[in-house]
Amino acid sequence: MTGMIGTLAAATTMYGNIAALGAGFAAIGAGIGIGQIGGKAVEAIARQPEAISKIQTNMIIAAALVEGVALFAVVVAMIG
Amino acid sequence: MTNGSILNSKFFKFSLICAFFLISGIFPKSAFSQESTSENKEKKFEPKDVILEHIGDSHSWPVALPFVEEKHIALPVILYTDKGLDVFSSGKLLPEGTVYNSGRNSYKLEENKIKVVDASGAIDEAASKKVLDFSITRNVISLFMGIALLLIIFLSVSSSYTKRVGKAPKGLQSWMEPLIVFVRDDIAIPNMGHKYARFMPLLLTIFFFILINNLFGMIPFFPGGYNLTGNIAVTLTLSVIILFVVNLNGNKHYWKHIFVPNPWWLFPIMIPVEIVSIFSKPIALMIRLFANITAGHIVILSLISLIFIFRTIWVSPVSIVFVVFMDCIELLVAFLQAYIFTLLSSLFIGMAIEEHH
Repeated sequence: MTGMIGTLAAATTMYGNIAALGAGFAAIGAGIGIGQIGGKAVEAIARQPEAISKIQTNMIIAAALVEGVALFAVVVAMIG
Repeated sequence: MTNGSILNSKFFKFSLICAFFLISGIFPKSAFSQESTSENKEKKFEPKDVILEHIGDSHSWPVALPFVEEKHIALPVILYTDKGLDVFSSGKLLPEGTVYNSGRNSYKLEENKIKVVDASGAIDEAASKKVLDFSITRNVISLFMGIALLLIIFLSVSSSYTKRVGKAPKGLQSWMEPLIVFVRDDIAIPNMGHKYARFMPLLLTIFFFILINNLFGMIPFFPGGYNLTGNIAVTLTLSVIILFVVNLNGNKHYWKHIFVPNPWWLFPIMIPVEIVSIFSKPIALMIRLFANITAGHIVILSLISLIFIFRTIWVSPVSIVFVVFMDCIELLVAFLQAYIFTLLSSLFIGMAIEEHH
């Protein structure tokens, strides 16, 4: 019985670094955040096409800030 | 005559572009040419080592030309030890592991750091910690090159402004003027109000320094291909400059906002939070720039390494197409990170010098 558990444990060993999981979660966060920003920006453009350049500028700035937060997590994953 | 010719047809242009990519896929980026030509036995390609070597700093500058083995330009090593100053060429330390005896100490390169070795060849950690390394490494030379380029461009632009007062801009002036006016009108004035002129030199320097170093980092061959803004020491210096400028120029309202929170009973919570935020804003600037640029370089290098991991030529077109796409994104990121750093710096300075209204 313990032999089977031992084999099971050996067969499901995780290879690689758990830090990569952390970076993956950061990517999920960035994806959700920037997706929301992009979606709202596109909706706003659809409502008022004259404001397209202002909306685009603000979207890019907000996306860079959100991506900055995700990259903090990537940096911590790289160090770990 | 030209309207019906085959050169105008869209399909021809499309197939020309496809043929270009397919043929260029035959010649992978030549910085790796050494890997496949000088290996006699099948050594497994380690992408992690190659990538870390490209984004890190080193004491020699590798120059790769197509079809020629990679040469390293050895850069000077300057060490300040407690026995005196040691200056020698890093070529003496080069095939990694060679011990060089300079008369004062013996040195050996280990993982791109110089360590002191004692007589038997073992590394002496305690003595290595006392040696201060002022070497001209790859990042230092690239910093000097960036500075030289910035000085050349801006001194010539400013001299042509003084010579051509009142006339329309011409030449390099007309290339730089939209960027400089963009920094002034879209970054400085909205955030800092009418007192922007004092801080314009700082903002312009930061913007163009980051922009030029980001752009040069994307060029794969000799005068480019270094990773300066992806070096956390460089971004740390930039953000320390911002920290000093913001806090030394803060007026009474700025400090009152930090140390005297509005309902007085929030004192014990708000003051530590505000003090942490004085430091966390420049730290965020530092990490944002460092992580964006380094991550971009890592992605491009990994996509190129795909060719060497799979060891087949048919991966090349796929890999090259992805790399071109990622390079376009990296170009956007280069401009964007310079813009964001400058924007946030002007925002912080604006918050510090703002008058109470």
